[in-house]
Parts: sequence; structure tokens; C-alpha cells
Amino acid sequence: MPADVRLLTAPFDPAGEMAAFAAAHPASGGIVSFLGQVRAGDEVEALELRHYGPLTLPGMEALADRALRRWTLDGLLVIHRSGRMKPAEPIVLVAAAARHRRDAFAAAEFAMDHLKSESWFWKRELAGGHWRWIEPREQDFSDLQRWQ
Amino acid sequence: MALKLVFLGRLEDAAGQGERDVPHVPSLPQLLTGLESELVAALADPRIRLAVNGEIVSDRNSLLLDDGDELAFLPPVSGG
Repeated sequence: MPADVRLLTAPFDPAGEMAAFAAAHPASGGIVSFLGQVRAGDEVEALELRHYGPLTLPGMEALADRALRRWTLDGLLVIHRSGRMKPAEPIVLVAAAARHRRDAFAAAEFAMDHLKSESWFWKRELAGGHWRWIEPREQDFSDLQRWQ
Repeated sequence: MALKLVFLGRLEDAAGQGERDVPHVPSLPQLLTGLESELVAALADPRIRLAVNGEIVSDRNSLLLDDGDELAFLPPVSGG
């Protein structure tokens, strides 16, 4: 069962994606999803994610394959934005469908932790008219160690 | 006869551009001697990874560059 992995440069509709994913996996007893969106407030006017074509999507696909091998899943959806986004716009959607919920919870969290700290994305914020690159947080690395 | 350099994340600011073509040289040290010192200092951060033609390089010292290679300098990532 291949995963549905997409790198998008235009806005997407998380509710529509979730409805389609659930409809595609009617035998799954549980679907766990995570939606990441641009945080409003903090005076952030825009967020931009950059990617590197030769690495980013292949890396996301390899990550999805690892999740599929590690847990018993019926389906896995990974959608990640690149480009410029406004507050409250969706950045990332991960969903895992499984017969039993524990596999779905774990696989979705595994995918998110690795998207945050291992995938080839670079993020910067526009605040007060100035762009500022965002460095990874220590927390992102400690989140990864749980899976080793 | 050129190498294509790609600067990701904050390295784009250090380089003043996201991409740059430079004349072909066979090794990384030779490449660095041709770049401005501020950019070389930024690239010296040990956390920066290097990819050649989309493959992560594990041993930079033995790297042999071919004409037309694309080198990407990859600072720590911040996705999600």
C-alpha cells in the first residue's frame, strides 16, 4: 500500500483532504490526523517555507516508507506546503489510517516529529517588515530520540 | 564549464542569492578559495550539510567535482 505524499506550492483544503482520505479507507477503524498551521499573533505577517527539489520530496517519501514498515497501516497521507503563507493557513497535514488506533496515533506522531526536524525545509518569518530565518529548537531533536 | 552552487535557508542571505554559477574547480577547498570570506565563514558551520547532485556527501575531503555538478549547502532544517 503506497503512501500519498505531496509537496505543494499552493494552499490546500485540509477538510477536503481528510474526507477523501477517510473515504478511501473505509475498512480502517481509526484515522489519526495532525494539522499544522501558521500561528497567528506574535506579529508575524507571513511565513515562508523553502525546499530543495532534489532532496525534499524524496526525503518525505522515504519517511513515509519507514512509517509504513514500522506500523500496520491501511494508509498514510503526508502533505507539506512550500512557499509563502499567511497566519492560519495550513502548513502540513499528516493522517494515518489503521485497523486499530494505536498504530495510527504512533505513525502520525512519528511522521510529524521527523518532518519537523529531519525533512529538507527551511522556514523564515516576516515580522515588522523584516524576514528572519527560524532555527530548529532543541525540543525538535529530543522529540526525534524517542523513536530510536 | 561551471559548477552550480545552491544556498538554502539563511545561507541565501550570506551569499546574497539563492544560486550562483562559478567556474569549475575539482575540489571543495579550491571552490572555497574563490568565494568571499564572509560566505566562507558562514559555510564553515559544522552543522551545514553538503549535497552534490542531490546526494548527501559524507566525506567532503575526498570529493572530486565534475563540470556541471550542482552543490547544495544545507543549514539545519526547520520544517512543519
